[in-house]
Amino acid sequence: MSVQSMEDIIREHSFFKGLQERYVKLLAGCASNVRFNAGEYIFKEGGRADKFYLIKSGKVSIEIYSPERGSIIIQTLGEGDVLGWSWLYPPYRWHFDARALELTRAIALDAECLRRKCEEDKEFGYELLKRFSQIIIQRLQSARLQLLDVYGHASRE
Amino acid sequence: MAMLQESEPLEGTLLPEPFIVSKVRRETRDTFTLEMEPLNGGEKHFTPGQFNMIYVYGVGEVPISISGDPVEPSILKHTVRAVGTVTRAITSVKRGGMLGVRGPFGSGWPLKEAEGYDVVVVAGGLGLAPLRPAILHLLRNRERYGRVAILYGARTPMDMLYKKELERWRARFDIDLDVTVDHATGGWKGNVGVVTTLIPGLKIDVPNTVALVCGPEIMMRFTVRELNKLGIPDERIYISMERNMKCAVGFCGHCQFGPQFICRDGPVFRYDVIRPFFQVREV
Ligand SMILES: Cc1cc2nc3c(=O)[nH]c(=O)nc-3n(C[C@H](O)[C@H](O)[C@H](O)COP(=O)(O)OP(=O)(O)OC[C@H]3O[C@@H](n4cnc5c(N)ncnc54)[C@H](O)[C@@H]3O)c2cc1C
Repeated sequence: MSVQSMEDIIREHSFFKGLQERYVKLLAGCASNVRFNAGEYIFKEGGRADKFYLIKSGKVSIEIYSPERGSIIIQTLGEGDVLGWSWLYPPYRWHFDARALELTRAIALDAECLRRKCEEDKEFGYELLKRFSQIIIQRLQSARLQLLDVYGHASRE
Repeated sequence: MAMLQESEPLEGTLLPEPFIVSKVRRETRDTFTLEMEPLNGGEKHFTPGQFNMIYVYGVGEVPISISGDPVEPSILKHTVRAVGTVTRAITSVKRGGMLGVRGPFGSGWPLKEAEGYDVVVVAGGLGLAPLRPAILHLLRNRERYGRVAILYGARTPMDMLYKKELERWRARFDIDLDVTVDHATGGWKGNVGVVTTLIPGLKIDVPNTVALVCGPEIMMRFTVRELNKLGIPDERIYISMERNMKCAVGFCGHCQFGPQFICRDGPVFRYDVIRPFFQVREV
């Protein structure tokens, strides 16, 4: 079995599809392999957003905790998804909890390292922002649909 | 406009046939599956996707999709959500009670045309009911199709239909079944998010895929967009329109949708045919 290099993994991940080769190298320089066991928190609300993750396998829940209702799952992410964008914007703190629902393998990208590279190479920063804004729009759209309660029946509201 | 053929029997088309309710199963808080048998014996053959007009004596009549197994025509199955006068009356009928049935009416899912293709079934909420007969057909004739993927979205785990059956389908190695809910608490180990979020992850051969979609209209609109984004054109997407109707035989015009009558030409339409009218707010 051949071992994939970090660059291969990044190049093949759907989030980075079509990314220029020199950017793949930049990203690989800030990346490491991580794994989380079922039930393990990847990050918690309020914690420092110093990473983001490309999920290779497994399932992660994004949760918000309320003392009255316990942990409420807002969304789940799986293979091919990107986890976390709070690292992009000050104050660089997580807004939600993220927990592995099953054994999850991912690539962690170091935020400080990336932010520095984005400042140094604005084109790289723009490329990254374009990709993240797509994800943010998608998540916003699905959150709106969730709020709409699309499967409900008009007469019940 | 569709004309009834003079030779067509009135009973079953214009006059309801009496059926005895033989079993009632609670699916969710407000949704029940009824099994019915014809009082006078016989069978009701149908094509997956078709519906019947269910008549509650003295109350009224409503269109309800057939959710049973097409190879079991002696038992008629309907899954009904209690939303108003007639559906509440239907779901209050107990075992041994009587209902009138006219039908089956309407077009079915393109199961013959989809042979040789990968098939994606996307269901939202109660939309799984009219797709169930199609799914049973796909599973029974598995070798005639490429990959089969079923995506089902419900409001919460409690709002999911056919839970035991979903588990059985999930255990099969020859189909991919993914379920997602809008809201869940810690105990739920499945997906959370609207059903459209599962579409990008589909493992299918996009140029050779047919999609069957049923659910509330907003959900179908967003599902079609997401399927298009993946590369599935409108010509290979079929949806079931469940806007309201009265006569079910193309007479009254109540369900006219542009040039189409949902009862006669639908409820299953190819999306490119219905697209210009899909966003019409009133019919
Ligand atoms: C082809 C077709 C297949 C259907 N299949 C099923 C099925 O398998 N199971 C099922 O439970 N229902 C199904 N329906 C919907 C069902 O026919 C309606 O819920 C029913 O007609 C409502 O009648 P009612 O007297 O109970 O409620 P009403 O008192 O007439 O209405 C109660 C509320 O429901 C709304 N409503 C009524 N009809 C519809 C509709 N078609 N779509 C959205 N909102 C509606 C009304 O605006 C009102 O707010 C189907 C409809 C069609 C056209």
